[in-house]
Amino acid sequence: MSLVQISHPTPKPLETGRRYWRSLEELAETPQFRQWVEREFPKGASELLSSSSRRALLKLMAASFGLAGLVACRRPEEKILPLSKGVEHYIPGKPLYYATAMQIAGSVTGLLVEAHDGRPTKVEGNPKHPESLGACSAFAQASVLSLYDPDRSRSVLRQGRPSSWEEFMRFAGEHFRPENLGRGAGLWLLAGALPSPSYEAVRNHLLGRFPEARWVEFEPVSREAARRGAEIAFNRRLETLFDFEKADVIVSFDADFLGVDNPGVRAIREFSRRRAVASEKDSMSRLYVAESRFSITGAMADHRFRVRSSEMAGAVEALAAALGLLPVPPVNYSWAEAVARDLTAHRGSSLVLAGPGQPPEVHALIHLINETLGNFGRTVSFVAVESAPGEANFEELAAALAAGRVQTLVVLDANPVFTAPADTNFAASFAKAATTIHLGLEADETGSVATWHVPAAHYLESWGDLRAADGTVSIQQPLIQPLYDGRTPAELLALISGYKDQRAYDIVRNYWTARWPAEQAERRWRQALHDGLIEGTAAARQTPAVDRQRVLAARRTAPAAGGLELVFYPSPSVWDGRFANNGWLQEAPEPMTKLTWDNAALLSPATARRLGVSNGDVVLVEHEGRSAEVPVWILPGQTDDSIAVALGYGRSSCGRVGRRVGHNVYPLRSGRTPGFLVGVNVRPTGRRYRLVSAQDHHAMEGRPLVREATLRYWREHPDFAQHAVHVPELTSLYPEHQYTEGYQWGMAIDLNRCVGCNACILACQAENNIPIVGKREVARGREMHWLRVDRYFTGAEEAPEAVFQPVACMHCEKAPCENVCPVVATVHSPEGLNEMTYNRCVGTRYCSNNCPYKVRRFNFLDWHKGLEEPQKLVFNPDVTVRMRGVMEKCTYCVQRIEEKRIQAKAEGRRALRDGEILTACQQTCPAEAIVFGNINDPTSRVAQLKKQNRNYLMLEELNVRPRTSYLARIRNPNPELA
Amino acid sequence: MADLAIRQPLPLETPLIEGQPTYGDISRDVARVVESRPPRFWYIALAVSGTLTLVLLGVLTHLVRTGIGIWGNNQPVGWAWDITNFVFWIGIGHAGTLISAILFLFRQRWRTSINRAAEAMTIFAVMCAGIFPLMHTGRPWRAYWLFPIPNQDLVLWQNFRSPLMWDVFAVSTYFTVSLLFWYVGMIPDLATLRDRATTRIRQLVYGLLSLGWRGSARHWSHYEKAYLLLAGLSTPLVLSVHSIVSFDFAVSILPGWHATIFPPYFVAGAIFSGFAMVITLMIIARRVYRLEHLITMTHMENMCKILLATGTIVGYSYAVEFFTAFFSGNPYERYVFINRVTGPYAWAIWTMFACNVFAPQLFWFRMFRRSIPVMFAVSIIVNVGMWFERFNIIVTSLHRDFLPSSWGHFTPTIYDVLTFAGSVGLFLTLFLLFLRFLPVIAISEVKGVIPSPGGKGGH
Repeated sequence: MSLVQISHPTPKPLETGRRYWRSLEELAETPQFRQWVEREFPKGASELLSSSSRRALLKLMAASFGLAGLVACRRPEEKILPLSKGVEHYIPGKPLYYATAMQIAGSVTGLLVEAHDGRPTKVEGNPKHPESLGACSAFAQASVLSLYDPDRSRSVLRQGRPSSWEEFMRFAGEHFRPENLGRGAGLWLLAGALPSPSYEAVRNHLLGRFPEARWVEFEPVSREAARRGAEIAFNRRLETLFDFEKADVIVSFDADFLGVDNPGVRAIREFSRRRAVASEKDSMSRLYVAESRFSITGAMADHRFRVRSSEMAGAVEALAAALGLLPVPPVNYSWAEAVARDLTAHRGSSLVLAGPGQPPEVHALIHLINETLGNFGRTVSFVAVESAPGEANFEELAAALAAGRVQTLVVLDANPVFTAPADTNFAASFAKAATTIHLGLEADETGSVATWHVPAAHYLESWGDLRAADGTVSIQQPLIQPLYDGRTPAELLALISGYKDQRAYDIVRNYWTARWPAEQAERRWRQALHDGLIEGTAAARQTPAVDRQRVLAARRTAPAAGGLELVFYPSPSVWDGRFANNGWLQEAPEPMTKLTWDNAALLSPATARRLGVSNGDVVLVEHEGRSAEVPVWILPGQTDDSIAVALGYGRSSCGRVGRRVGHNVYPLRSGRTPGFLVGVNVRPTGRRYRLVSAQDHHAMEGRPLVREATLRYWREHPDFAQHAVHVPELTSLYPEHQYTEGYQWGMAIDLNRCVGCNACILACQAENNIPIVGKREVARGREMHWLRVDRYFTGAEEAPEAVFQPVACMHCEKAPCENVCPVVATVHSPEGLNEMTYNRCVGTRYCSNNCPYKVRRFNFLDWHKGLEEPQKLVFNPDVTVRMRGVMEKCTYCVQRIEEKRIQAKAEGRRALRDGEILTACQQTCPAEAIVFGNINDPTSRVAQLKKQNRNYLMLEELNVRPRTSYLARIRNPNPELA
Repeated sequence: MADLAIRQPLPLETPLIEGQPTYGDISRDVARVVESRPPRFWYIALAVSGTLTLVLLGVLTHLVRTGIGIWGNNQPVGWAWDITNFVFWIGIGHAGTLISAILFLFRQRWRTSINRAAEAMTIFAVMCAGIFPLMHTGRPWRAYWLFPIPNQDLVLWQNFRSPLMWDVFAVSTYFTVSLLFWYVGMIPDLATLRDRATTRIRQLVYGLLSLGWRGSARHWSHYEKAYLLLAGLSTPLVLSVHSIVSFDFAVSILPGWHATIFPPYFVAGAIFSGFAMVITLMIIARRVYRLEHLITMTHMENMCKILLATGTIVGYSYAVEFFTAFFSGNPYERYVFINRVTGPYAWAIWTMFACNVFAPQLFWFRMFRRSIPVMFAVSIIVNVGMWFERFNIIVTSLHRDFLPSSWGHFTPTIYDVLTFAGSVGLFLTLFLLFLRFLPVIAISEVKGVIPSPGGKGGH
């Protein structure tokens, strides 16, 4: 496919006109001269790019004078849009959508990416892709910002100094010659998970060429324990797949499958479909969660049991014993019998799972439980996992490095110096390898100390293919040429192994077309690009039998764990640290704590009292001689004597956004038990650290804001949601405006489906050009998110329940903001939209004061100040970028309404179809909790939802008549345990 | 003077002016302030207040260049010190016109010694107040859109449903009428200064300002009619301006703002704070310029009585607010009031109660009403308290409203403090310049309340 190419200056000599030269070397175009030009200001050259220091300014001026003559020597050649040959489907000003895919730690999501004039601006899920089903995660939504990150690595670095691809290629051509490397002994390759068939082909070619080379796949947060559990149970490497939609009863042991266990979104969609209840007669699934950290999965649970991660094995055994699989449980859990009965009653439609932090033997036992419950082939199935030839594990690599047996280490898309388990001592021994080559998006902790750092291409710049968990392969196609001349991992491997194809496009295309009959190849290739996946690539599902003896033999009687435990989890914002330089993600509030720009040691109120610490106290956490300092945050619902802390913060070699944000806890982590540590010492340091939460108050103060009931109560009181408050009759001297004509836009948000995953917040941010404000301004209460997800705790402080409530502008029919604006900057449209006219706003903030939902956001400062060149490309051209001093808020994505209206008109249609207009939050919502549409059409989905008896208006008693309504939350507790 | 305004003193009444000065004494005493070199105190005070005024200019420049973000305002506290200061200054600006107009209509002749300075204070306070609604906008260079003048940028008209629009008219009308009233009342005195002027510049400036006043009977007749009319015009404005300022809050739906008692409560509060400021300034002015025989203890005592009366009304309003909150059965309203007395800003409301309700109770005792130190302390305390009243209304209502998820906290920045201090500086600078260049006491009016030269009482 041809792509539009813009603004990619390549330093080519001028081909027409006169040539001016300064020296004979230049005239001759010698490499020495080019090198001189590039190296004129090698030291501190990066400082030139930052706009802050006076020194930098002076340098820049000096450099400008110096280079002024150089500019005259050549005219920059730019590929602009001559369009003498039209680009397919391209109409200037209209966006184009391309299918591609992205992966995080091996978890693949198919995407459709919106591109405006050749620049990707917005990511959506690909409805055809099995791991997306049209939705995508907060990570995917924010990935477009990382593409335009000015702090990404821009050039090849040799020993930390700027070099060039040519130089690297010359080096690699020499270094990787079989004459020099022999059979590859001493060559180690360390790669992040990348499930890509064509890449694996290149990898296998390389390993074939250097048979003694060793391949290590390393992800700091992986499903490795689960795979090893399957190995125990089935004696094979298998990936476990769950189908939450078919499960009536789900029991989760420390598994945050709706949250960070799964950077994809399929689980949320499947789970939430079983929480969609149209009437009180419907059934819904029941979720039991035993966990240490209060996760969003725990918030969705009908029963949540607080169990320490280190004691989870005992809880699983108690359940196994209750199911008759084990003779006597080592520890009794009061709920085990009731849960076992519930599971037995739902044979074949139940599902038990454990978190990736749990050890393999727990996963093995869970396989046995699922098999006993007849869930195999129904809610649980398996696909084979292939390993690379010569695959070693990370510990072996660390040992080889420490022993000096590693000559050359190639690191692909991983940051082991930062993320390696501390007990492997990897960072210290990294330098022992004679040559280290790092491919990455940024010159991170690994890249900055490697012999060579080469920039990687962002996935939106890359050709490739990605295999989803179920085996379905998507073609990854670039939306833009690499901004900084990055290469894909496959390209780097092809380069050093002399693979037949060198360009990523050739590698992936030739890989697939070779598998198809020649006459079909072109058509199938185009089809795959169009659909975003290759038909028929899904792997065969297996339902192997569990080796019961092995499972029971592998069982380890957990030692009586004393003291505090420390549980690690990937951050829902920065994951393992790779998104640290993404401001959108850094500013997205963590769903449970609502902390932004930080991680913290999460403690239960009782544990905090026992340790004598409160929010913001810095504690020193010690384990086996290793230690880290972390500030404390008290999270109600956290299991006592269990500390949870997010990984990925405290990056030291990172861009300007993420450098030294939060606290690094990798130095505590052990490779043997990556999920948690038992017996840590915690002691207050006496220092304080400012943690910033986007929500200061966590109780509803008895106000009926989120309304919820148990399924049984709902059945007894079908209209409970509508009778929470007395609504006074609205009396007015004037006849009310009737909104009965044409389209009347409205929204319904199903609180029973929303899992609080933050995807909507990021989607809104990307769609509506919402700026970030930084930690200090969030602390002041100036965050700009048009859509926020409120999280409230209910019940006892020690074992609370939590609810989520997405809140954006309600588009009140009698909007209190409108009549107080002195300059008519916010007005009502005939279709019921509360519209904001930015260029009329003078910024009195009266509207915000008078908004009972406090959804208006004011530009207190110029949040776009200091924006650098590529960052501007991320803006959605359909939405105004607001200046300082004006008010803004959710518009119900009015630009999308208008776009579809124009499209309908162009197609000669009168009417817009229901579901044709999707707001950004609705489109990406993995839980399908948000529905937008025309409430004037009684058949529309939103009108149908609003007719349900769970539907209610928040603060209805104010009579402001919001257009957004909520559907009450229903919990489905087990009557035996209730 | 006109019949309406003149009442002959009863034989046994305490004379309003002490020491039985002659007309000439009064002219000389008042003009001396303008004509002689100001005392050292004046220079020191001007240096301090002038510095603060420059600080104000600096902060406002920074504000326009950088944005409202230099202040502590946030979500949900969209208004904080900015509007607090606005209401505070508007409140101060109340006493002047009240003294001039309402007391004039009620024939309270003791007003004559203090009305000029009180009016000047009004003008300057309203000028300080005007800074805040203008500069609190996110885009002050567009603030002129609040005025109904045709503009090329936008052909839209203003929203007359917005209380902020009403504010624009109420405040600008009040300022215009107060300024006219002050100026018209000053014309005969300006002519006196012109006639006494010894330098060319003085002759010119005062000559221009006195508009050719010759003191003929026809002049006096026109003058007194005009003065009476302006007094009549000003009287409703005294009540309307603060009622309308209170609508900014009362018309909203925010718990703690949405209250029907606000208009009278605000007016009472404004008179309260205005009189407190008059007392503060008069104590200093009469002492520094030795005008104790013109601004007598009787004047001061009368003002203390007003302070006591209005302070009690204000205290009553506070009680009614709490009663209404609980009687209404509105849980949000109730919460706001519980939060005010127990929440994070409880210290502010207790300060307010102490300053506004309890401090003026001292004035039940004549001893305190006639003690300058007590008076001075109480007047300062009352103004502190009234500033906190506005702070409480604005910030504590906003910081915790309907949805607990949006609750926040407001912390002022250094720029909040400097803006307020700067506005005080501007106010004092203007007042000091007034003392230096304009007759601080209405010469002609005071002459009206002393026995006439004939010794027969009245003239």
